[in-house]
Amino acid sequence: MKVTLSWIKEYIGLDLEPEEIASKLTMAGLEVDAIENLYAYLQDIVVAKVLEVKKHPDADKLSCCVVDTGNGTPAHIVCGAPNVRPGMYSACAVPGVILPGDVKIKKSKLRGQVSEGMLCSGAELRLDTDAAGIMDLSGEYVPGTPLNQALDFADTVFEIDLTPNRPDCLSVMGVAREAGAFVQPNQKIVKPDVTLAPQRFSGTSIHDHARVDIKDPDLCPRYCAGLLFDVTVGPSPFWLRRRLESVGLTPINNVVDVTNFVMLETGQPLHAFDYDNLAEGRIVVQKAGDAKEFTTLDSKKHCLDSDMLMICDGRRSVALAGVMGGENSEIASTTTRVLIESACFNPVSIRRTAKRTGIATDASHRFERGVDPDGTVYALQRAMALMADLGNAAMAKDIIDACPEPVVPVCIELDPVAMNIRLGTDLSVQEISRILESVEFKVQPAGKGCLMVSVPTFRVDVTRPEDLSEEVARLWGYNRIDTTYPPVPAKGRPVNPVILTRRTVRNILNGLSFSEAINYNFIAKDFCDRLRLSENDTRRNVVQILNPLSDQMSVLRTSLLPGLLENMRKNTSQQTDTLQLFEIGKTFFNTDANALPDEVEMLAGLITGNRTRQTWYTKKQPVDFFDLKGIIEDLLEGLGIEEVIFSRIDDAVCPYFEPGYGAKIHKQGDIGVLGKLSHPVLRSFGLKQDAYVFELDLSAVMAHMPDQIQAKPLPRYPSISQDVTLIVDQQIPVGDVMGQMKTIAEKEFLVEDMYLFDLFEGSPLAEGKKSLSFRIVYRSENKTLMEKHIRKLHAAISSRLVKTLHADLPE
Amino acid sequence: MQNQIHDIENQALEEVQSAETLEDLEMVSVRYLGRKGILTAYLRGISSLPADQRPDAGKNANLLKMKLEKSIHQARSRIQTAKTGKSSGIDVTLPGRRRGYGAIHPITRVLDEISDIFIRLGFDLAEGPEVETDYYNFEALNIPKYHPARDMQDTFYVSDNIVLRTHTSPSQPRTMEKMQPPVRIISAGKVFRCDSDLTHTPMFHQIEGLMVDKRISFGDLKGVLTTFVHQFFDRQTALRFRPSYFPFTEPSAEVDIQCVICKGKGCRVCSKTGWLEVLGSGMVHPAVFENVGYDTKKYTGFAFGVGIERMAMLKYGIDDIRKYFENDMRFLGQF
Repeated sequence: MKVTLSWIKEYIGLDLEPEEIASKLTMAGLEVDAIENLYAYLQDIVVAKVLEVKKHPDADKLSCCVVDTGNGTPAHIVCGAPNVRPGMYSACAVPGVILPGDVKIKKSKLRGQVSEGMLCSGAELRLDTDAAGIMDLSGEYVPGTPLNQALDFADTVFEIDLTPNRPDCLSVMGVAREAGAFVQPNQKIVKPDVTLAPQRFSGTSIHDHARVDIKDPDLCPRYCAGLLFDVTVGPSPFWLRRRLESVGLTPINNVVDVTNFVMLETGQPLHAFDYDNLAEGRIVVQKAGDAKEFTTLDSKKHCLDSDMLMICDGRRSVALAGVMGGENSEIASTTTRVLIESACFNPVSIRRTAKRTGIATDASHRFERGVDPDGTVYALQRAMALMADLGNAAMAKDIIDACPEPVVPVCIELDPVAMNIRLGTDLSVQEISRILESVEFKVQPAGKGCLMVSVPTFRVDVTRPEDLSEEVARLWGYNRIDTTYPPVPAKGRPVNPVILTRRTVRNILNGLSFSEAINYNFIAKDFCDRLRLSENDTRRNVVQILNPLSDQMSVLRTSLLPGLLENMRKNTSQQTDTLQLFEIGKTFFNTDANALPDEVEMLAGLITGNRTRQTWYTKKQPVDFFDLKGIIEDLLEGLGIEEVIFSRIDDAVCPYFEPGYGAKIHKQGDIGVLGKLSHPVLRSFGLKQDAYVFELDLSAVMAHMPDQIQAKPLPRYPSISQDVTLIVDQQIPVGDVMGQMKTIAEKEFLVEDMYLFDLFEGSPLAEGKKSLSFRIVYRSENKTLMEKHIRKLHAAISSRLVKTLHADLPE
Repeated sequence: MQNQIHDIENQALEEVQSAETLEDLEMVSVRYLGRKGILTAYLRGISSLPADQRPDAGKNANLLKMKLEKSIHQARSRIQTAKTGKSSGIDVTLPGRRRGYGAIHPITRVLDEISDIFIRLGFDLAEGPEVETDYYNFEALNIPKYHPARDMQDTFYVSDNIVLRTHTSPSQPRTMEKMQPPVRIISAGKVFRCDSDLTHTPMFHQIEGLMVDKRISFGDLKGVLTTFVHQFFDRQTALRFRPSYFPFTEPSAEVDIQCVICKGKGCRVCSKTGWLEVLGSGMVHPAVFENVGYDTKKYTGFAFGVGIERMAMLKYGIDDIRKYFENDMRFLGQF
């Protein structure tokens, strides 16, 4: 909201610099976002002295003038004003200056005569309405002086970012009241007098002409109305236009301008009806009911809900209550009788209507936040007095004040001890009272050291003792409250294991040269199709956002892969074609539209590009499946998870993997998957380069992590190794062979370890065969093993393997 | 004795210098340092000296031994170089074989750092769902439907009663429903608002804090947040508490810190004010306590929320919030 300093000073004497006022308002909770000099644009306009005036040779109404603009060289200016004369001081815009309304002044020729600038009228400079001639400045000036300095024009516009709890400050008086609280001694605002000379009243009472019925007192606790006769609708005087323009409103006509002015002044929205368009002279406040449509004064049609509050006359709706008036009863240039509404509406009802119709007005903004229920009469009287004056009108005697329930101020019992505890202060009862009274609270002793505080009716936000504590704290000064430190018992709880696990995973993957990505939770809806997910895949149970920012962000992800693939696209487009990325984040599965979705935390990663770039010791080598598998093995080992099984995945489970290039990772249950992305999937994400991805369910991973590490003693005797080479069918997975070996080894306590150290296929082996060489490590706990000790055992193991696997030994 | 060791030294060093082949050098080495070598024999003889001479003699002999070993080592290198015409060893300026190292996302770094500060202050970590009910996101926090404060947070809706959480504050009622005071928790995570421009992303991160106990005051809130800011930035960073409005706190305060870029002199980052708004905070509103069944007469508490993206921008000098979620390696690789 904008207010000007000169306007504030209408209600309160204030001898502070604008910056100081802004800073104090901010520190009292009215954050001043910007301070502008209202007349800054006059800085470029200079005072000029007219030296000579000659008639233009080719134009009757123009004069050719020589003007001193203070820059040393007299300027030639063609002027059309009848009042230009030698020796006068006026305002001059020199070439380059931009006048209000975005008019740029240039050096030009007018009917063949050079003109180096423009002498300006008051209207052209938005200083008054006089457009008949150029400004005629009385007195002596130094040519070249900026006009704002010469005329001593200074006003400041404060732009205040008001929080929704302070509707009382959606008015200049409200801001002035706040300002009065921070000058010493505190000052109270003085409201303009609204009593009028008796001759301003017509002979009849409003009750002879109009009637107000409130059908829904819950939604409209008060409705005041006043009536004016013989109104002359026309432009507002300059001071009123200036006030409105200074805070960004456009003047319309004297009637509408007065309602806006009083709203800005007092915070009470008003509406002016053309009385002659109100059927039966009646105002009925009621819900829309069966009425279906309404056209507001901006000529837009709106559909009505039956519970929207409407202002009706004897026959039809004439306004969306508190939001906007109707086209059918608005003020026109021919209007002569005006009924002014000054009412109080239920905030929720107004907000609902404003939201549903999509209309936000200065009035609805205030009503939504709550207006002073006791401010309606004053605002009405103020508006009528101004309108009678400016519209040269007569007022009907009396006003209507329909107020089903009298307004009772809120009273709060305040315990200063509790308040001091809450704030960490030690303020005396006197100090607390002084602070509260400075913003018009009334304070009385209530016994037992407590205070009874009566809240001014405009402070609709204050209903509890805690609200009073904020009043006291903000006006005392938050920064004057001592900084203290709460005692904390030396009794902690273990850190949440999920958080520790995430940190461990990140650190391990970091060491494995993976970098962490964070992607949006929302992605494009078509990701399921792009991943080729089948129709019944659970990952199609996405959660939809009702109001997404775009189609690209319309559903919550059920997989982290689309985000990582988008990251790959972005990076490869920036020539970063080798990537190791991972993300830890939630995926969301829709269960029931009315329940929260299942949130499953996943760990996913992607590698693409080269294992190593070309260096002095190696050539470029593209990454493959086993690079990624090794990383997963390292990660799981780092997390202390042993005996994990990798097996070939059914191609239908992860349709985004190239068939035959996917594996699932399990230990008791499934932990996750890894594989190579298929080319069609890569293409659908705009990618060309091979990529390998993994997805792990973080809670499944966590379930297998050991609670603690158990150290084992180191062996005391050296080990001995023996090799065995088996020739088996190519179709037999190495994992199966190793499984068999493990089964055998588990029975032989001397076998410590075994691993594959060579794999060979092709000639001289027979077609369809492969040779696998394993090294078996033997160790005893109580002696140094020699070859002779294990010869028999090794032979037995070898022959058992040959038998169970239908293998051959090499020749 | 002193003279004897000098003689051995002079003799031995001269022989090392004059050795021309590795074999010669080996012979010199054996002659002096071998099992039956001259210096070895000398060292053995020390034990027969008078007790007062032994320490010095032993020390000198050992010094000589080290000197001799070093000189033999150098001579070996000299002889080898003479033989091959080039110096021995490797070109240590060749680049090493790098394994590569990844980067932790700056948001995670800052989240972890802030969490650790509060853990040290005795706070526990709590987590909540990212998709939240209207009740926990708004109603329980004293923001009923059709409350103008809902305009302060543009909300993504999943259904009439389910939203993407707009702040981490739902962790307050969720935690308090489960436990009685004292409560000291922080809760970190993603939050969502329907807003996207140069300075806003529709998803960002917050850390929420809540402390409830008997006699917790606004002064304590100031103390805890001052400690936090001093640990995260530095002890010279000034703080300013400014009245504001959040429906779930009363009194409410925005916390400004002295601009960490210009140290309060005024710059582009702080819009020439010298201050940066970094935290929202306040004393827990009694309506929030009533919603979770806490006794408002007995307990008071404070709550606060920090935007992580902004803290990371200030900490690392990041100039564009959108970079966080593009995951460009040229950006991530810097952390």
